Amino acid sequence: MSVFQTTIPDVADQEPMIQLLAPDGIRTPHDEFDAVLDGSAGGGGDDDLQTPERLRGYYRDMVMIRAADLEATSLQRQGQLGLWASALGQEAAQIGAGHASRAHDYLVPTYREHGVAWARGIEPWRLLELFRGISHGGWDPAELRTHPYMIVLGSQAPHAVGYAMGLQRDGLVGTGDRDTDTAVLALFGDGASSEGEVAESFTFAASFQAPTVFYTQNNQWAISVPTTVQSRVPLAQRSRGWGIPSVRVDGNDVLAVMGAVRSALDAARAGEGPRFIEAVTYRMAAHTTSDDASRYRPGAEEQEWAEKDPILRLRRHLEQLGEIDEDYVKRCDEEGHDLAMQLHHHIHGMEDPDPVMIFDHVYAEPHPVVDAERAQYLEYAAQFEDEETAR
Amino acid sequence: MTETRSGHATTLPIAKAITAGLRDAMRADDHVMLMGEDIGRLGGVFRVTDGLFDEFGALRVVDTPLGEAGIVGTAVGLAMRGYRPVVEIQFDGFVYPAFNQITTQVAKMHYRTGGRVTLPMVIRIPHGGGIGAVEHHSESPEALFAHTAGLRILAPASAQDAYWMTRQAIESEDPVIMLEPKKRYWIKGDVDPDHRPELSPWQARVLREGTDATLLAWGPSVPLALESAAAAEEDGTSLEVIDLRSLAPLDLPTVTDSVRRTGRLVIVHEAPVTGGLGGEIAARVAEECFYHLEAPVTRVGGYSTPYPPARTEHAYLPDLDRVLDAVDRVLQH
Repeated sequence: MSVFQTTIPDVADQEPMIQLLAPDGIRTPHDEFDAVLDGSAGGGGDDDLQTPERLRGYYRDMVMIRAADLEATSLQRQGQLGLWASALGQEAAQIGAGHASRAHDYLVPTYREHGVAWARGIEPWRLLELFRGISHGGWDPAELRTHPYMIVLGSQAPHAVGYAMGLQRDGLVGTGDRDTDTAVLALFGDGASSEGEVAESFTFAASFQAPTVFYTQNNQWAISVPTTVQSRVPLAQRSRGWGIPSVRVDGNDVLAVMGAVRSALDAARAGEGPRFIEAVTYRMAAHTTSDDASRYRPGAEEQEWAEKDPILRLRRHLEQLGEIDEDYVKRCDEEGHDLAMQLHHHIHGMEDPDPVMIFDHVYAEPHPVVDAERAQYLEYAAQFEDEETAR
Repeated sequence: MTETRSGHATTLPIAKAITAGLRDAMRADDHVMLMGEDIGRLGGVFRVTDGLFDEFGALRVVDTPLGEAGIVGTAVGLAMRGYRPVVEIQFDGFVYPAFNQITTQVAKMHYRTGGRVTLPMVIRIPHGGGIGAVEHHSESPEALFAHTAGLRILAPASAQDAYWMTRQAIESEDPVIMLEPKKRYWIKGDVDPDHRPELSPWQARVLREGTDATLLAWGPSVPLALESAAAAEEDGTSLEVIDLRSLAPLDLPTVTDSVRRTGRLVIVHEAPVTGGLGGEIAARVAEECFYHLEAPVTRVGGYSTPYPPARTEHAYLPDLDRVLDAVDRVLQH
């Protein structure tokens, strides 16, 4: 054996993937995650996350966000949005992560986290402001405890760690008070996991034991490049060299996702330092509405993943439990349809802002150069208003 | 503001004036914290944070891992959590790994959140050449940051400005880059920490009045401009000297008022003239003072080359002869 050693196996499929719900809905027990899911593990919360009512709620949420997602794609095709980044197929990975966090945790998303946003109470039409081009972001990060969407991939990861370092200084980590102990959930994709800023974030989080849970949705494709190009080893193993414990879960299994995320957040809140989770899922749509996935991936692969659908899987599980009926399914579909219609109406009610907004909020304090340019713009624009009036 | 100042009016080198500014800001507001490489027990490679680790501890004077994007990026998160981080970039040439964080995140967070998030953070960068250093230790990257909307840039050239600009940069609700003139770190000057200066940090200052031409400089080039004016006086030439102080926003009125009186402008900076801040100022002065100009606005700066090896930097950097040569040229018109 060579003196050159690696702590990780060199075959990608040697990393086990935790799954609680099989595609056919069959439930496999898992001691560690079940204790977290039913609240018996203590930790951050003692609420039971898998009561039939809660499970139906996750089902409904996934149906809703999928309906909103499909409508947003239609709105882009109708010219109402400049772009849409669909999260189809990632509903369990997102709804699960969103609901596993506690309300006072801070979430730091990338730009394809519509299910996470939904779980955090951000209405879908607020997401559309960015994609329509009427603002760069539609919510208050402090109020909703959710960072702005991030388009420069990976750049949000050090923000998450810094925020977590702030929590440490505020005495909100490891006190044992479950109402105040707080953690940060940093989300990014398989592509972004190659970014240097993600690596630096691992370093900072590990060095300072900052309460950060790094959560990557491995949706197999970074636009056209498969995950195998991003990493020689399973993504879950990437953090281990930093001393950050990690796990790989089935990202299309809402219960495995919730078990992992809640468990990791509990550990982070308790002062046990950062964690890393790889949720294995699939981007069912193209990268964005500007992309053509048929140029780089076989349709058979999409078909294979369609059979692992996260929504269908939870419905089958609920059916096996006898906890869902056709009425409920139908009602969810109708509510999804209503949400899509709401989205449609909202977008048609969104007026283009007055361009003078270009000059707003560049700085928090007065700035003579921007102020002068605003005045010049208004003077210039006023000439045309006079012409309009003269007609 | 609490009365916990380092002391009364005194004489300090620029580096120690910054130390005093940091100390007083940290005593006044316990959300002010420092982050950077080797700033703790060592006190920074230039000793600017000397003594602060002992006074404020490891949670407020943070020796970070070596990663500039991580340093600036975590400072963003801390600022969003209510802290006022002051980041030290060890040398100008090492700011580039943090360039993405500074330009896409720090500069734009307030704008992209519609004003909902402010980032009151300071990025301190020892900048400029003339210290005989190895590669990447002598750069003047101000134009890159001045070109980026959302950032403010201060360049103190005296001990008094070093103290107060440190305080005022930390107090600003906007992110501020403070470019510290590293070759002038040990030049002493009077510092009065008890009396807030009347002049805003965002305004230029006329250091010496004159009638024949205006010399505009900032940071490490300010003493050179003053020296040049003194030398010119011996030849009977009266030069006005302006310390620009704030590189973003530009205080144009102070410059144009002067140029309207003197009719001539020479801009001195260490950065390469190509795409440099001098070009922006020249364009604005041409737009606003065209009929007052007796000669083309002239720049004296680094050549359009990478920063050269230290044994040749004397030929690259503006010096007395090059400034006076430029003055002669504008006076020939």
